[in-house]
Amino acid sequence: MSEAVLTTHKLCKRFGALSATDDVSITLLPDEIHAVIGPNGAGKSTLIQQICGSLRPDSGRVELLGRDISIFDTAARARAGIARTFQVSQLAMEDTVLQNAVLGAIGSRGISWRMWRNAQQTPTLIARADTALERVGLIEHRDTVCANLSHGQRRQLEVAVALTLEPKAFIMDEPMAGLGAEGSKTLTAFLDGLRLEAPILLVEHDMDAVFALADRISVLVYGKVIATGSAAEIRNSAAVREAYLGDAT
Amino acid sequence: MRIHETAVNTAVLLALLSVPAFAWWTDEPFTITLATRAAVLALAAVGLNILLGIGGLVSFGHAVFFGLGGYAMAILAFHAQNYTELNLGIGVIDGTNSMPVIWLVAIIVSAITACLIGLLSLRTSGVYFIMITLAFGQMFYYFAISWSTYGGEDGVSIYVRNQFPGLNTLDPIQFFLLCFGLLCFTLFVTARVQRSAFGVALNATRQSRARAEAVGLRPVRLQLVAFALSGAITGLAGALFADLNRFVSPSMFSWQLSGELIVLVIIGGVGRLIGPVIGACVFVALEHLLGGLTEYWHIALGAILLGIVLFGRGGVLGLLTGQDGARV
Repeated sequence: MSEAVLTTHKLCKRFGALSATDDVSITLLPDEIHAVIGPNGAGKSTLIQQICGSLRPDSGRVELLGRDISIFDTAARARAGIARTFQVSQLAMEDTVLQNAVLGAIGSRGISWRMWRNAQQTPTLIARADTALERVGLIEHRDTVCANLSHGQRRQLEVAVALTLEPKAFIMDEPMAGLGAEGSKTLTAFLDGLRLEAPILLVEHDMDAVFALADRISVLVYGKVIATGSAAEIRNSAAVREAYLGDAT
Repeated sequence: MRIHETAVNTAVLLALLSVPAFAWWTDEPFTITLATRAAVLALAAVGLNILLGIGGLVSFGHAVFFGLGGYAMAILAFHAQNYTELNLGIGVIDGTNSMPVIWLVAIIVSAITACLIGLLSLRTSGVYFIMITLAFGQMFYYFAISWSTYGGEDGVSIYVRNQFPGLNTLDPIQFFLLCFGLLCFTLFVTARVQRSAFGVALNATRQSRARAEAVGLRPVRLQLVAFALSGAITGLAGALFADLNRFVSPSMFSWQLSGELIVLVIIGGVGRLIGPVIGACVFVALEHLLGGLTEYWHIALGAILLGIVLFGRGGVLGLLTGQDGARV
């Protein structure tokens, strides 16, 4: 088996009596989409925050390409190669689509100390931003102010900004949230191809998308991974049915 | 929209230039002094606008830098005028009445102080940030009051305006042009910075801190640089203000002055390049025109401010160009 791109080792996080993350060990292998599913309050968001560095675990560690990044802050993890998309879009709403994409290029290249050259006339930044916008289909909206975008377009821009980072791994927190059937289908097709660039850790509620995309699925219940396996294995697992899928039917 | 705003920017600067030019022609030096006051206050507010407008950080202590610039001028010129030496603790130097040297000292001292204040205050946010910057302002204010070497509460008078090579700085129109030139230069630099990678990053950090961190930016570092830049510009304005009045007192450190600078930025248009200049012109015009009629002219200023905050967030510039908010 090839070496994991991203690994969490026995992550634990407690909030008082509540165990939000309980000994979670997950690996993200090259070229795969690894979906994390679970009922509301299962600790999916807490897990993402610990991977991306916005929340410190009580114990356990996170490794990227074999390197322990547990002591890195969010910015350092982003530069090391972790690209995160947010469940609720986090964008510079007063800025244009292009500026948001250029921001990703600035951050990942670590050139935010440059104070003289016009960022939106710097060919290397523009090229990277335009490529990302082109790929998610937002290129014709590049001069639109973000606040005037539709919800779906904002979701696309979230993905585009992640692309500008040219990351080692994507962490996507419900990228389909609020998208219509058509939008979900387009994004599903896009993510399907994206996994060959960098593997994706996908937290998603849209089960059609999860079963269509995921090479492996981990089921999180009360902060514990109760099963990891292929889509077929998860579907047929009695424990999962009882704990999670069973609730839905 | 951008062309439109450029037109407004040019018009505002031309207007600020034409008033003293006309006054010079008709020989009314007092009007030139008023225009100089507007230009210098504008410069101070341009500094604050970097932190407040682009960075989104409401500093209620920017008078610290204004006062530091003023006292940098006063202390250096005081020793030059009395032919005494200035003991820095690490060595003894002579005073100076050279404006470029004074400006450099004002800029450096303000920038370093801004870094130190920023390091502490940027650990907080929101109301706490406002309060901690206010507290620093009061610290400097009370220090200046008790500093008897430089006049304590009474301040320091400098009898002859400092020198600039090739100019007669006591001639009002020449001193105005010097201040106006510095204002234009600073606006040019600010415009470049606002559109640079740093400007884009700082502006995005104000809008979404989580987004900035997720692309690998460090918000506090960006804000600290903005703080230093902002303080340096306001410090330079303080040195000019001191030279304009040929007098420095602890009131340059007062929280009322910090508040006035915020008012200038809000009246003109928060985060807009020329906003502070408009704000300063409106402020000085009201102060002069209404101040002559009644000493309660601040009521009118308050009413205008209220109107802008309630109905036109973009300030005067927002009304003119039909859009508000920072643009990079």
